[in-house]
Amino acid sequence: MRSLRGLLPVMILALCHAAWAQSPTYGLGRTPSAEEIRAWDIAISPTGKELPPGSGTAKEGAQLYTQKCAACHGTTGSGGPAPMLIKPQSASTSSGPCVAPCIREGNVMALHSPYATTIWDYINRGMPLSQEGTLKPNEVYALTAFLLYKNGVIQEDDVLDAQSLPQVKMPNRDGYALPEWKPGMPRPFSAKP
Amino acid sequence: MASKKASRRGFLKAGAAAAAMSAMQSAGAQAAVPQAQPQKSLKELVGYGERSHFVTSVRVPVVERPSPDQFGLIFHVLTPLQDQVGSITPSSLHFVGTHRGSIVPDFDPKDYRLMIHGMVDRPLEFTMDELKRFPSVSRVHFIECLGNHSRPEYTTVQQTHGLTSSSEWTGVPLSVLLKEVGVQKGAAWVVSEGSEEVKGAGSFRLAKAMDDCLVAYGQNGEPLRPQQGFPLRLLVPGFEGIYNTKWLRRIKVVDRYYMTYNDYGHIQKDEEIAALTFQWGPKSVITFPSGGQQLPGPGIYQLTGLAWSGGGAVRKVEVSTDGGQTWKEAEIRGAVHPKAHTRFGMNWKWDGQECVLQSRCIDELGQVQPTRAQLAQHFKVTPDYYKTHGVQGSDNMIQPWRVASDGSVHNAIA
Ligand code: HEC
Repeated sequence: MRSLRGLLPVMILALCHAAWAQSPTYGLGRTPSAEEIRAWDIAISPTGKELPPGSGTAKEGAQLYTQKCAACHGTTGSGGPAPMLIKPQSASTSSGPCVAPCIREGNVMALHSPYATTIWDYINRGMPLSQEGTLKPNEVYALTAFLLYKNGVIQEDDVLDAQSLPQVKMPNRDGYALPEWKPGMPRPFSAKP
Repeated sequence: MASKKASRRGFLKAGAAAAAMSAMQSAGAQAAVPQAQPQKSLKELVGYGERSHFVTSVRVPVVERPSPDQFGLIFHVLTPLQDQVGSITPSSLHFVGTHRGSIVPDFDPKDYRLMIHGMVDRPLEFTMDELKRFPSVSRVHFIECLGNHSRPEYTTVQQTHGLTSSSEWTGVPLSVLLKEVGVQKGAAWVVSEGSEEVKGAGSFRLAKAMDDCLVAYGQNGEPLRPQQGFPLRLLVPGFEGIYNTKWLRRIKVVDRYYMTYNDYGHIQKDEEIAALTFQWGPKSVITFPSGGQQLPGPGIYQLTGLAWSGGGAVRKVEVSTDGGQTWKEAEIRGAVHPKAHTRFGMNWKWDGQECVLQSRCIDELGQVQPTRAQLAQHFKVTPDYYKTHGVQGSDNMIQPWRVASDGSVHNAIA
């Protein structure tokens, strides 16, 4: 059973590949230019292959953080109205109710995210709130470096760029599983009738 | 501009004519024909209908976070399941979920584009008009947020189960579009991305993309509602809500998991729990009688509820009125679609004694909806564990309601 299960997706995949390698049926749509694709291609793979040129350090990030982030996330990276970004030195003296999604301590992105690319990607696409898309690549590298440094993941003068960012050893690197999925597959647990 | 003026003048004229007519009628045949004054605007009477003012059912924010919050973001908003009949959720009452709270964007469909690129032979960009030139399908599917979980402190079915809704969605199968661009060898995942302020993005397996996903522009017979992704969204039937990217602008075919912010939001270290998280199991809930409702006294009632499963169609729904000791098959009342809310019901005679009501769903894969006790046993924890922890994976546990002898109905999960 086990080996069959392993084989089946391979067979299906092989079949599908034959079917996909076709010419277009409808001929609709227009070919975007390489430039148009690059402008939208902002999801950063853990390999970092979509990262743009540029670089930044925690020192540069500290200044930017004070100017552009502290108002919402707190001057120390915690205790602000927006989620905690820097784990406090001493166990936090409860910073009030934690709204969903509740982010605290070991849950801050720099400690919980398996890849540093996810932090770069999110700051780049989503922050600062209401001014999304205004940060330059150097600024995003610097802010990512600052958050990683303040949470003890990298050194203060480590330089982050398209090569070094995907290499950062994240504490929760193995913190996720990717289950297989096939059409018609039941979940691993069900009650008995 | 000119046409706008003209139409406004037309509207005024029509309004004046209606007023003159009703004046004439009331002056003439006095009480002979009772003549209701039109209290509503012509926009509503003729253009786009509203529900009766006697119907007051509304959505409410989740208990854990206000909407709008202090940043003006709308987070998770619950649909009033207790008031709904049939199996389709009215579009205006569809639950709202955004991984990060959102500001509803306002896109002009004329300028809207969907780009498909990555590991494909022909990257392509489609306008809304072009997407409508592909053969469309209409399918009924539920969407349910992973945040839909019951807790002892929740009092109503809106709070315990209000982050699920079902609609008829119309659009183009994603597989058709992927064949059009020509997926290359080695591709194994897709990343889908929205065009709202945070450009929410998530990754899922290509096998799912080629199976039953839909690039949808229609919901219940009209264009998508803005909160549901107008003008274009993705449907990933049966998977947790966050995969159903709203305001869809881009699909990138890739060779690996991308771990975007949305992906990161639901990571699970344990493989089994991860599998219990991303695809919804068989689930059902009794919507009448349910928490917060009041039975006027003993006698006959229609016990009714909804059942659904991420694994396919609902095969059977069973109901227990004695706290799970005996089960009886309920009637399916309406159409059964795969991965869609399915209405069930039965005649139920209440004898005035305290009792516990619950339902369980069995789907076409033979999966059976579990109790919390069964889940606890499987994961070798005591049932007390759930007083301080969420259930492992997405919450499809059986929901018990206790009917007290005074007819009041209460959440009975321990
Ligand atoms: C106007 C307020 C505001 C400003 C300014 C702001 N943020 Fe945020 N940020 C938020 C809010 C609110 C959230 C949480 C959104 C949600 O999920 O509901 C957030 C979330 C985040 C997260 C994700 C946290 C997590 O663990 O999920 C990161 C990382 C982040 N911000 C970084 C930054 C950085 C870096 C800056 C400065 C460039 C910044 N933010 C500026 C309001 C702000």
